[in-house]
Order: sequence, then structure tokens, then C-alpha cells
Amino acid sequence: MSAPQDGWVADELRAELPGLGVVSLTVPAPPGGRTPQGVREHLDALSTRFRGADALALRQRPIPHAYRVCFRHVGLDPDTTRVPIEAAAIERLMQGGFVSRGLIADACTIALVETGVPLWALDADAVDGPLGLRLATADERLGGDADAPATSAGQIVVADAQAPIAPLFGEPAASHLPASGTTRLLLFAVGVAGVPRMHVEEALWQCASVLDAPGTRGRLG
Amino acid sequence: MTVSALAHRLSVPGAYDERAARRTLRAQVARLERELAALAPDVSPRDGVRWSIGGEAGPRLLGLGELERIRDDLAERLHAVRETLAARAVREAEQRALLERMLRDPARHRFIRVSATDVGEPGCGVWHVRPRLGLIGMLAGWWHVKLSSGCPLARAAA
Repeated sequence: MSAPQDGWVADELRAELPGLGVVSLTVPAPPGGRTPQGVREHLDALSTRFRGADALALRQRPIPHAYRVCFRHVGLDPDTTRVPIEAAAIERLMQGGFVSRGLIADACTIALVETGVPLWALDADAVDGPLGLRLATADERLGGDADAPATSAGQIVVADAQAPIAPLFGEPAASHLPASGTTRLLLFAVGVAGVPRMHVEEALWQCASVLDAPGTRGRLG
Repeated sequence: MTVSALAHRLSVPGAYDERAARRTLRAQVARLERELAALAPDVSPRDGVRWSIGGEAGPRLLGLGELERIRDDLAERLHAVRETLAARAVREAEQRALLERMLRDPARHRFIRVSATDVGEPGCGVWHVRPRLGLIGMLAGWWHVKLSSGCPLARAAA
């Protein structure tokens, strides 16, 4: 397992939105996609701990507040496009609990709920060079595939050396998502002004520790 | 500051000032967002507050005009939420005063109902001015305030 790595940030973004950045961590992929019982119990415990009153008070807490402010600053309305922790909270209330969606997604959910920092997982071997943030140019497509969704010029994207991989705070291109043959995962978290770097790293380590927990090794999906 | 950065700023008139203006607007947006968030727990679904300000354009770098629009929309929304909460506080105060009058003199407030939500209390209780002993109490002028037992019980699905 490597140490968390700071991604690059394009100059115009660094100048306008100080504090915005991406931090990534490469970890071995779990052999199976199924969620072990211990991780399910962790999700259940989080569901029990998280109540309606918590969801209401969420936007007053420093970390979710920092993401709401960043959403406003980049032209997203956090009451339309929910910040990830609020989206998870609403889903928890609607579904009655955090629903298990496979080990990798569950590990990301656990880290998100525990820290408030959103993170995503990519197939590390599909990524070319370190991740970073930049503005998309015209005629670019997510993941670089001809049939992938197009980005709009000026859109803030998470990118590698080849192509944009995901819109900022959006879902990554399907071509870069972990699949059955994935051997290494690249976890990345988006940090914003007002969220200490330690918090972002904590989210990555939490996710990595869930993926590395007993019962996740040697399972068949 | 490097020489090249300084040269860039000098070569683009207004660029430096605009960046400072955008920074100020972003700080104002952050402050308004914090003030709105502080009001969120006080707002109930019955207030019908719309939180969204719409006009999604991101994620991208916003210009001065767009940041100004967001700042203005947030300020308007904050004002609207404060007005809604203030109007509700006035309504609840009136209902609490009415409840006090009902409790002091039920006979002068016949059949009036005040619910717990009307006075800003949680629960489903209702204070209702009713005659004691039904028709006899109505004829004799024996009125009292009865507090209903609470929320209706959940019924099994048919």
C-alpha cells in the first residue's frame, strides 16, 4: 500500500479556488466483490448511529458545510445536486439504512459517512500518471472513449495524463471503474478549502482499511 | 511573486482587480451559506421553504456576474426564510395567547380548537373547548378545555 499522494491542480484553478485538490492512494484490489459480514455490520452500525436529526444538522457541521460552499463556488446548487455526505444521509433516511452495493462501494460509503469526505475508486491500471484537476477543453470525452459522455469546455474535471476521468464531484467514466480483473485500486478523494488535509487522508485510510479488513481477502465474488 | 506572474498581471488590465472581486464574492457566498445552514433546523416541512436557488452551471469557474447572481439569490433566499420563520413565530404567539384565554375562560371560546403544531409544540395533541356531559353541559354552560390524547395509532395495512 502506498502513501496518499497529492494530485496536480491547474494554475487557473489553484489561483481561483485555493484548497481545492485531489489526493489519491493506491491499494491492492480485494479479490471478490461481495461484501463480507463484518463490513455489512459496520454499515448497519452506521445506519443505527445516523438519525433524522443528524441529517438535519449535517449542513451546519464544518466538513459538509465546506463542501456546500465549494459547490456554490463552482456553480453547483447543493440543494439540487447534493453534496456526497448529504446524498448518503438522504438515501439512509429513504432506504432505512445504508444499502450494501458491493465491497468497494461500501468501503467508500463507510469512509464518507465517518469523515464527510467524498471518495471514489478507480482501476489503477487504467489511469495514466497521477490524477489532477483541470478545466476540460472542447471535444473531450470522459475516459477518452469515443462513445463516452462528452465534457463541456471549461468544466472542472478530475483527469490523468490522457483524458478527463470524472467531472468534479461526479461519477468516474465507466472505462476507469474497477472490474473483475482489477488488481490495484486507485482511491481518490476531493479536498476543498476548510477541510484539513488530515481529514482527507483519514477518509482514504478508512476506505483502505475496510478493503483490507479480515474476510475481504481470498473471497470469491 | 515571480517576474513572469507580475508581468502577466500587468499585461492583463483589470485581471487582478477582478480576481479580488471574485474572492470577495466567494467569501460573501460562504457567509450566506453559513447563515442559511444555521436556520435549517428551525424550518419545518410545513413552512414550505424552497432551499434551492436553481441555475446550475457547474462544475466550472464562475465569472463575476455568475457569482453575483448566486450571492444575490442566496441573500434573497435567506431573507425569505427569515420572513417565513418570523411570520410563523407571530402566528404561534397568537395561538398561544388564544390557548391561554381558552384555558382561563372556556365558556367564551366554545368549540375552538388549537393544535400542538399551531403553538409550535411537537406532537399531535389538540386543545378543544367542549361542554361537560355533552348536551347537559351545553345547556348548563359547563365548558372545559380537553386535550386530546395525541397522535392516532398506526393502523395495520389492509
